[in-house]
Amino acid sequence: MSVLLIAEFDQQSLKAATRSAITAATQLGGDLDVLVIGHNVNAIAQQVAKVQGVTRVLVADDAAYAKPLAENFAPLVQGIAARYSHILAAASSFGKNLVPRVAALLDVDMVSEVTKIIDASTYVRPLYAGNLNATVQTSEVIKLLTVRPTGFTAAKDGEQAAPIEAIATLGDQSLSRFVSENIQVSERPELGTASVIVTGGRSLGSAEKFEALMSPLANKLNAAIGATRAAVDAGFAPNEWQVGQTGTVVAPDVYIAIGVSGAAQHIAGMKESRLIIAINQDPDAQIFQWSDYGLVADLFDAVPKISAAL
Amino acid sequence: MKVLVGIKRVVDHNVRVRAKADGSGADIASAKMSINPFDEHAVEEAVRLKEAGVATEVVVVTAGAANAQDVLRHALALGADRAILVETTDHLNSLASAKVLREIAKREAPQLILIGKQAIDDDAAEVGQMLAALLNVGQATFASTIKIANGKAEVTREIDGGQETVELTLPAVITADLRLNDPRYIKLPNMMMAKKKPLETIAIADLQLNTVSKVATINVAEPPARAVGKMLNSVEELIEVLQAQVKVN
Repeated sequence: MSVLLIAEFDQQSLKAATRSAITAATQLGGDLDVLVIGHNVNAIAQQVAKVQGVTRVLVADDAAYAKPLAENFAPLVQGIAARYSHILAAASSFGKNLVPRVAALLDVDMVSEVTKIIDASTYVRPLYAGNLNATVQTSEVIKLLTVRPTGFTAAKDGEQAAPIEAIATLGDQSLSRFVSENIQVSERPELGTASVIVTGGRSLGSAEKFEALMSPLANKLNAAIGATRAAVDAGFAPNEWQVGQTGTVVAPDVYIAIGVSGAAQHIAGMKESRLIIAINQDPDAQIFQWSDYGLVADLFDAVPKISAAL
Repeated sequence: MKVLVGIKRVVDHNVRVRAKADGSGADIASAKMSINPFDEHAVEEAVRLKEAGVATEVVVVTAGAANAQDVLRHALALGADRAILVETTDHLNSLASAKVLREIAKREAPQLILIGKQAIDDDAAEVGQMLAALLNVGQATFASTIKIANGKAEVTREIDGGQETVELTLPAVITADLRLNDPRYIKLPNMMMAKKKPLETIAIADLQLNTVSKVATINVAEPPARAVGKMLNSVEELIEVLQAQVKVN
């Protein structure tokens, strides 16, 4: 039994979500090959080689792979799939875009957003925005999965480096073309992997107030800033800050919800957090039912006091 | 340009779904059903493309039992021109759904296929990508902006940490995110008109597909409840909790 994991990285480094997926992959058992698809990715391949649990690094280096277009990546994965019992990636926007395309090329049904691995063919995944957990079993010859990073700890670097091997590439399939990207550069930790998150809701009132209230607190706690969908839709915060079923699913050590009502969509994205703290003016807010600690208070009074005291 | 939109009938997003006592699945027998919200955005986008003179016809399709006609009528009331029901009482997993859509796409030959980025029942987010692979066409998932010109679609996609813009050669598959648009409110006259629009039914057997999945659900359960939390009495108490729990910069 051999497992293939598709790595995700930015210009500098392997994504933390992929390190979590490596942990999931090692729970399946067998050898673990990690596939690095990109252009000029030697440094990334060397980083991957050091991660604990990796047996071998496969590198597909081609100018056509400079940007992660599923149309170009999927046939490459399909071409080497027969060697593997499992193929997986993190359930990030990258993995969710790519793995189903590979699954269809292989004519297999996949399992997405796996939160727990029971054995090599049995997994747990959420349904209905996390209100239910399903245990699913697959008898496909090649099992394709995406794994939710919050369900698995990130694999650390080990003592030894795995061998690195180049594999043949297939070039551009000419179905799509990368035009541009707009990635928010921030000094703050990444939302998906931050250990502390402070999230603001619509009751913060405006983009200016959101910034004025949330930034000092986030800076003090070295926290990522999140936002509810309502706050994002109202234009208080960018979409990439959205925590929830349709935004980023998070599970930090500490989650601080400020002026968050606790809609089901939002709860689905944060209820696995280790410690949840909520501040809201409304004592009946749903969020208090999910909180370890709750405080009923005026945000504009309480939050600056907290920021100043820390 | 013809646009095909795939939709799904799901438990209404306001319903809190519970597990059946025997763990065999979700208890949805008497739940209110609706069009999958992401699919509603896909229909709305198709209708807007028609209103803008880009699309000439909007065809909606779903697979399901006879009662799935209600979500097709909903899509017709939003402005779709005609509807197709692929009738089946079987549960279809993602790959089977993608294969059904592929067969309909072969018959209809649309230039663009729109579908929601995921269904809010199984939250899988797989069908659009699978369909694009089966048709060997380009895909743009999690779309927040779509521009069609000169046989190409320029699509802005929501990705982790920001947005990405890609260009697809048509035909192509695009999956709709919530930010794509705001679906319109359906007025009564549109609902009445939708009743008169054509709705074709095809038996799934006529498509001659193998829709049996090798992924089986063996148990469905509610996650363990969180312990009841503690309400604090003052900002000072909250500061103490934070100082104990979080390393401050």
